[in-house]
Amino acid sequence: MNDYFTTKQLAVGYDGIPLIRDIEIRLQKGHILTLIGPNGSGKSTILKTAANYLKAVAGTVYLDGRSLRCFSGHELSRRLSVMLTQRLKTELMTCREVVETGRYPYTGQLGILSEEDRRQVLEAMDAVNVRDFADRFFTAISDGQKQRVLLARALCQQPEIMVLDEPTSYLDIRYELELLSMLRDMARHRHIAVMMSLHALDLAERVSDEVLCVSGETITHYGKTDEIFTKELIEELYGVTNGSYQPLFGSLEMQRPQGVPKVFVIAGGGTGIPAYRGLQKMQIPYATGILHENDVDYQVASALASDVIAEKSFQCITESTYACAVERLKRCDTMLNCLTGYGETNRANQRLAAAAEQLGLRVVKNYDEIVEAIG
Amino acid sequence: METYERHRTLRFTLVLVAMSLVLLALMALNITLGSVKIPLSEIVRILTGGSTNETAAQILWKIRMPRALAGALLGAALALSGFLLQTFFGNPIAGPYVLGIASGAKLTVSIVLVCVLSAGRAVSAAGLIGAAFVGSMISMSFVLLIAQKVHRSAMLVISGVMIGYICSAITDFIITFADDASIVNLHNWSKGSFSGMSWDNVAVIAVVVSIASLTVFLLSKPIGAYRLGEAYAQNMGVNIRVFRIALVFLSSILSACVTAFAGPISFVGIAVPHIVKSLLKTAKPILVIPVCFIGGAIFCLGCDLIARTVFAPTELSVSSVTAIFGAPVVILLLIKRRKNV
Repeated sequence: MNDYFTTKQLAVGYDGIPLIRDIEIRLQKGHILTLIGPNGSGKSTILKTAANYLKAVAGTVYLDGRSLRCFSGHELSRRLSVMLTQRLKTELMTCREVVETGRYPYTGQLGILSEEDRRQVLEAMDAVNVRDFADRFFTAISDGQKQRVLLARALCQQPEIMVLDEPTSYLDIRYELELLSMLRDMARHRHIAVMMSLHALDLAERVSDEVLCVSGETITHYGKTDEIFTKELIEELYGVTNGSYQPLFGSLEMQRPQGVPKVFVIAGGGTGIPAYRGLQKMQIPYATGILHENDVDYQVASALASDVIAEKSFQCITESTYACAVERLKRCDTMLNCLTGYGETNRANQRLAAAAEQLGLRVVKNYDEIVEAIG
Repeated sequence: METYERHRTLRFTLVLVAMSLVLLALMALNITLGSVKIPLSEIVRILTGGSTNETAAQILWKIRMPRALAGALLGAALALSGFLLQTFFGNPIAGPYVLGIASGAKLTVSIVLVCVLSAGRAVSAAGLIGAAFVGSMISMSFVLLIAQKVHRSAMLVISGVMIGYICSAITDFIITFADDASIVNLHNWSKGSFSGMSWDNVAVIAVVVSIASLTVFLLSKPIGAYRLGEAYAQNMGVNIRVFRIALVFLSSILSACVTAFAGPISFVGIAVPHIVKSLLKTAKPILVIPVCFIGGAIFCLGCDLIARTVFAPTELSVSSVTAIFGAPVVILLLIKRRKNV
């Protein structure tokens, strides 16, 4: 399959001064490319250059094999549509009228819509579910609805590529998810190349086919989504020092509490996560176990716990691991047991809980009790 | 067609028909009323050539008809000029008068008039428009310079008013040192008045205003796109540079035409587009532009009627009357803006 949008040795910036150099993008129709990177890293500058708002400082942007510079405004408007972050002034405009502006490249001198234009407008509004409030004023609807109306506008322009700058920036999580799944859908079914910037890493990972990391003078990384979303890469990109990135969840965890752990948390199967995060918030250091390496708790624990006693995936807990856990337990004064039941593979945890009582540790069932006792 | 659109079209048609009727009625009133009252029946007879009343015919043909026609056309020009400036600056309180563009035109026209008249020659209509256009463009470039630095719309208007004051002050100097003979005319004109219109003037006004207005109407598509902001307009394929130049040029030529023949007339450019949008309940340019044209004509004819008749035989300057009706609209807009922001 051919690449639809490509750049060669592109340098972007303002007033002829390059901000980012050597950008080499290859994006095909139906794919989503997401630009990630810290604030002020130049994501918008790249998008503006791609949408022909800014002149390339050096190098070339190609659309369908033709240099962007060779397109007239009219030609480009039938291939590329945008959705921008800026707030709109839409005096007395209904949502339908906002969407209708997307048909501009297809109407005649006076901009009167044909039957085909009307059909396209309705279809675009249906695709993003905005038909219900089509005739309300644009100023009277919520931010989530506004973004969807703007998406409908961009869609009925019948583009081959869409450029979106932070399309989810004013949205709460529900609308964010909704908008991105619509984009995903559009890219695949309408065969549109999508290029956008996002700040929510977890969503960027879920929605994108390819990711471009922007930081400093050059593109630090560019590749398929799963190649990019590794722990080291993301932490380096954002310069994360007081926390860590969890590639499996696509989420960021806070910094591990400092100090010698006096609390031991027995957990597994996701029961430990509230306690792990709760103890972190109070800056109480803790050890935890015995967790299997394929357990969700393990992912969070390895970011937050001072010490994790772990067993290999899919195996029953071995005696040596158990012994190791007991050793760790002896140096603690409090035991928090999050488990309420045990199965074949983690039977050792039941023994561990009994051992804690025998050793005379304070046994609690809820992390609040520890927080109260210490805090 | 969707119900909403049918509603909008119906509303547009109703407003258009109603306003056309009002315009016709005002035309009739304007040529009937005055220090000499000419009844409608007499007017019909004069127009059909069956009248024996020479004085009435003279007043009608030489004074009232050209004045009414010029008033209507210039009013339309002001309304459109205001509408264009509001589009350009994205600001509902922009207009040729508040931005000082009319005062710039006033300044250059009075310089030309004083120089040429004192040399004992007459100025052609085209010369007047040319002078006014140059003045408009000078003021406009100052406003554009300020607009680059100042992004708050209220500040832009204040700067415009200041430019207006400076131009008016210089104009007053010039008039003070002008010949006695030219002062009388200049004085009336510099306050804003439709009096003393000749058919020659009307012909020039008609040509300039109709060509410019038609061009504005043909631009309603990019104007509509521009409402979403420059970035979106560009994405829709509008050539922003050419479009912005066209807006500046057209608004200046329309406002220059008014100032050249009738002097500076205040607030029509702001009040009319706002009232029209409220009546139509939409700001779609293809609908607003024709109604603004008629609305501006109505506003100026109505104000001129008041200016001529209320304290007859003393005549008020038409600008005073337009200010009385127009300025409150500006205040209203300022309050409304504060609420929205």
